[in-house]
Amino acid sequence: MHDLAYKRIEQSPQFKELVAKREKFAWILSAIMLGLYVVFILLIAFQPQLLGARISPDSSVTWGIPMGVGLIVSAFVLTGIYVQRANGEFDRLNQAILDEVKQ
Amino acid sequence: MIARLLSAFALAGFSPLLWADALTGDVQRQPLNVSAIAMFVAFVALTLGITYWASKRNTSTSAFYTAGGSITGFQNGLAIAGDYMSAASFLGISALVFTSGYDGLIYSIGFLVGWPIILFLIAERLRNLGKYTFADVASYRLGQTQIRTLSACGSLVVVAFYLIAQMVGAGKLIELLFGLDYHVAVVLVGILMVLYVLFGGMLATTWVQIIKAVLLLSGASFMAIMVLKHVNFDISTLFSEAIKVHPKGEAIMSPGGLVKDPISAFSLGLALMFGTAGLPHILMRFFTVSDAKEARKSVFYATGFIGYFYILTFIIGFGAILLVSTNPDFKDATGALLGGNNMAAVHLANAVGGSVFLGFISAVAFATILAVVSGLTLAGASAVSHDLYASVFRKGRVNDKDEMRVSKITTVALGILAIGLGILFEKQNIAFMVGLAFSIAASCNFPVLLLSMYWKNLTTRGAMIGGWLGLITAVVLMVLGPTIWVQILGHEKAIYPYEYPALFSILIAFAGIWFFSVTDKSKAAAGERALFFPQFVRSQTGLGSSGATAH
Repeated sequence: MHDLAYKRIEQSPQFKELVAKREKFAWILSAIMLGLYVVFILLIAFQPQLLGARISPDSSVTWGIPMGVGLIVSAFVLTGIYVQRANGEFDRLNQAILDEVKQ
Repeated sequence: MIARLLSAFALAGFSPLLWADALTGDVQRQPLNVSAIAMFVAFVALTLGITYWASKRNTSTSAFYTAGGSITGFQNGLAIAGDYMSAASFLGISALVFTSGYDGLIYSIGFLVGWPIILFLIAERLRNLGKYTFADVASYRLGQTQIRTLSACGSLVVVAFYLIAQMVGAGKLIELLFGLDYHVAVVLVGILMVLYVLFGGMLATTWVQIIKAVLLLSGASFMAIMVLKHVNFDISTLFSEAIKVHPKGEAIMSPGGLVKDPISAFSLGLALMFGTAGLPHILMRFFTVSDAKEARKSVFYATGFIGYFYILTFIIGFGAILLVSTNPDFKDATGALLGGNNMAAVHLANAVGGSVFLGFISAVAFATILAVVSGLTLAGASAVSHDLYASVFRKGRVNDKDEMRVSKITTVALGILAIGLGILFEKQNIAFMVGLAFSIAASCNFPVLLLSMYWKNLTTRGAMIGGWLGLITAVVLMVLGPTIWVQILGHEKAIYPYEYPALFSILIAFAGIWFFSVTDKSKAAAGERALFFPQFVRSQTGLGSSGATAH
């Protein structure tokens, strides 16, 4: 049904641009998320005392707390960054491609 | 070195000992809790009202399977978070913080990090390609009959194991919290879930999940605020007071050691990450929104709610150290917590909000189980009616009415099956079942789904052989492992020494799919490869995908 349109989109330079941009962005964010997680794991594995160290002598809060909570927050922030750009810039580009094909 | 690293990975969320999405072991029955029952009855009345409202809209297959695509990203985010925040994860993670402190936070982070990856790599392609089930996506350019059969079997096996774990957990939890008989509890859960799904379809199931998520988040927020109020909103005081009264002292503020067997734990970690992206009841939620835009938003909100929930359980766990462990009212003669450590959050509810709030939290825990089993039942019914009946058995030549009838018959059958299995497995060790469900989802559903969207050279033959190999390897290794072979079948020594199969079965699935795809020189395979590009364009742009129908 959409075969012709699919073919035209596939050859369009804007489509190639959209795919390249979005894929790159998605992989970078995935790498950041996994990277942060792996660093956290490596700390637990090799430097647990670092996570157990107090952030200041008169506070019972250890470095592990802001890091752990920070990891949770960064998961949320990274998804937010992706959604912001994908639902804005990428979707506008996408819509332009679709509009062109429909003409 | 490697062993240390593996144990750290393991600790980061996946200690098999703690993998208890189902409550296990003996529970002490509690006296009949009247305020809890009253609040639960109110919840049931409200949700049945919603089901009645939804039933008037539940007239087509699209309404039944996906609420007509009419759910917003925010609502869907709450519903996904609801699927993830099970009663056992609320009670289990706060209990882990209660006993081990910081390790509880590490554990919950392991659950969360898979979600951004699902958003970046899977969510929008899935939404653009699929209609009702993830098998729509997996079989998009491949042999319908074979791949749908594979995906439907993968879904049904996952649903069955998950359902058994939830039913048995429900029976025990309700016995514990409400003082109701185990069999009464199981039958009640079975009947209610069938009512929601049968009459309300996806619309009612989603709203039950949303209401429960809101109730659970509000209840947990209240508890966390009361805990913080107790220490005058000074987080440092919370920790220093906890260190003073906890038997492990300072150790609760840094990573400890929870793991006995790193490979098992690592294996379970893989199952958890990739399994989430292969669970049929989670994946089907992406089809309930109108387009890829809303699908992305739903993961954003879901990640936020799930992350917030884990931060709350961390505070609640520390609150329980302060307010529950120091109070002899919550302990038996030996100094152990009444009803076991899993009751830490429940006792804390009593400590900060009295018996009425205790009733509220108990009712929310019951509601949580109901919402999760309803989603599972709907996923199972879709696999049978949409994939097996409409697409495989009738080859797509089927009208809406027949397909609906089959889905409703399946729903009732699944309800009866769930009650039967719940009673059958009452005295069995079911702790391994959720782990097994995740392992199968990660070894069968996930590889086929991922490669169908990302790998041009995938062919029907490769997906079939690799997918079945993954499924069978996961089940066989599980049977030969320590839990079933030794503990349940009573053999001397396990043939497969590790608790969980995912590490090996995922590798076998991917290797099998790769090998039998690249060696497939048939004409059909060439055709399937040629179809990749049209599929790719649709997965990227959404052109031709099914939109909302009930606006």
